[in-house]
Amino acid sequence: MKFFFHVGRYFTLLGRAFSRPEKHRIYLRRLFIELEQLGLDSVGIVAIISIFMGGIITLQVAYNMSSPLFPSYLIGLGNRDTLILEFSSTILALIMAGKIGSNITSEIGSMRVTEQIDSLEIMGINSASFLIMPKTLAVVFIFPFLFVLSVFFGLIGGLIVGPAVGAVTAPDYINGIQYMFTSYYVTFSMIKTLFFGFLVATVPAYFGYYVEGGAFEVGAASTRAVVNTNILILVFDLILTQLLF
Amino acid sequence: MITIQNIFKSFEDKQVLSNISTVFEPGKTNLIIGRSGSGKTVLLKSIVGLHDVDEGTIFYDNRNFTQMNEKLRKKLRQEMGMVFQGGALFDSFNVEENVRFPLDMFTNKTAKEKQERVDFCLDRVNIDKAHKLYPAEISGGMKKRVAIARAIVMNPKYLFCDEPNSGLDPETSLVIDELIHELTVDFEMTTVINTHDMNSVMEIGDKILFISEGVTCWEGDKDKILEAENQKLQEFVFANKTYRQQRDEKIDSKN
Repeated sequence: MKFFFHVGRYFTLLGRAFSRPEKHRIYLRRLFIELEQLGLDSVGIVAIISIFMGGIITLQVAYNMSSPLFPSYLIGLGNRDTLILEFSSTILALIMAGKIGSNITSEIGSMRVTEQIDSLEIMGINSASFLIMPKTLAVVFIFPFLFVLSVFFGLIGGLIVGPAVGAVTAPDYINGIQYMFTSYYVTFSMIKTLFFGFLVATVPAYFGYYVEGGAFEVGAASTRAVVNTNILILVFDLILTQLLF
Repeated sequence: MITIQNIFKSFEDKQVLSNISTVFEPGKTNLIIGRSGSGKTVLLKSIVGLHDVDEGTIFYDNRNFTQMNEKLRKKLRQEMGMVFQGGALFDSFNVEENVRFPLDMFTNKTAKEKQERVDFCLDRVNIDKAHKLYPAEISGGMKKRVAIARAIVMNPKYLFCDEPNSGLDPETSLVIDELIHELTVDFEMTTVINTHDMNSVMEIGDKILFISEGVTCWEGDKDKILEAENQKLQEFVFANKTYRQQRDEKIDSKN
């Protein structure tokens, strides 16, 4: 019963969050602020994670394809497809749920416990819309860009690590990442990132918006938000993979 | 004028407010007093619509607030200003932006007009040279004053204050009380203050509503409170030694 209560309340909150804004200009300004805070500020961590991810995938593929029957350029291909299909979309979304999601829950949760949300309501402002809509639009907008960046840096990571440890030569690796490229994989992952972006923004916002208590409860809500967002990302990954392939 | 008729409010099985009725008049500082946990904050939040009441009606100048839909409530709320216990200033905005925020959201004034209004309100609450500071950089008393400036920036007809003196030293409390009282009289606002500070009660209590365990126990003003014969009110008021002495002196002088 509690599950249905949360689902119902989540969709009711979304209904309020995506209602007509009081003043478009103010919301647009908020959107740009959120794009910077939630999106641009994540580029660094995405780059670092992706370089390591690409390097590690390259090594794993190389060690598991040591048979002379497999041409070494398949190492590059393996890294590319793994990054595009899962790592730069799903794994990155899981990591971003930790970074962006906990940020959203703690920000909105703190505003709730310090009565800033009540203060917005008293002014006659739709607090759900004012706080959640710009964040959601920003994250959904920025996620496909982060995905592309992640694939790029992941491929660079493979190019650095593969030849450095002698697992694959640079020309073979570059040949492999261009070999049998299926553009639909990118479309598929782009669609996934839109769903994941929406989840990463709205689920933590829900947990923050309805937090009750003080600092301890805000911390607990952040943890619950990240855990639930991660589970939902994996569930949606499964559903979308089944639907889109 | 705010008229409250037979308000009931409960949370799950706990009855918090029972059959509360009163009238808050414009140009007066109306105080809701009572012990911690007596239902003051729930009553104040019910009046402004942050809690929906189970039964009863609330009228804002003959407009039935309890029957309004969300759209009408939002419109009416633009006539309200509220000062929360902790100030509830937006952390990411500086002092000036906090005060200007309602103007940005609901008016089409030019930047110059907005700045003039912000400067006027901050000047009115004696905030000087702190326009660009963030809430984390100012004192508790300043936060309250900025919150008051934000609450009056839209020229509200109704001003609500939830424990405006909590956490402040006696001197600053007095300044805040006087400021709220002055603004109430100057702008002819209907001000409702939720407090358990007896100094505020004696300074600015034009009308006082004493509630205990969610029930109205006494209504009157600051001139009558020391002579009130209600047992619960006496326990509340005369918990303070100063007021006990005042009462005893009054009795002695009569004898």
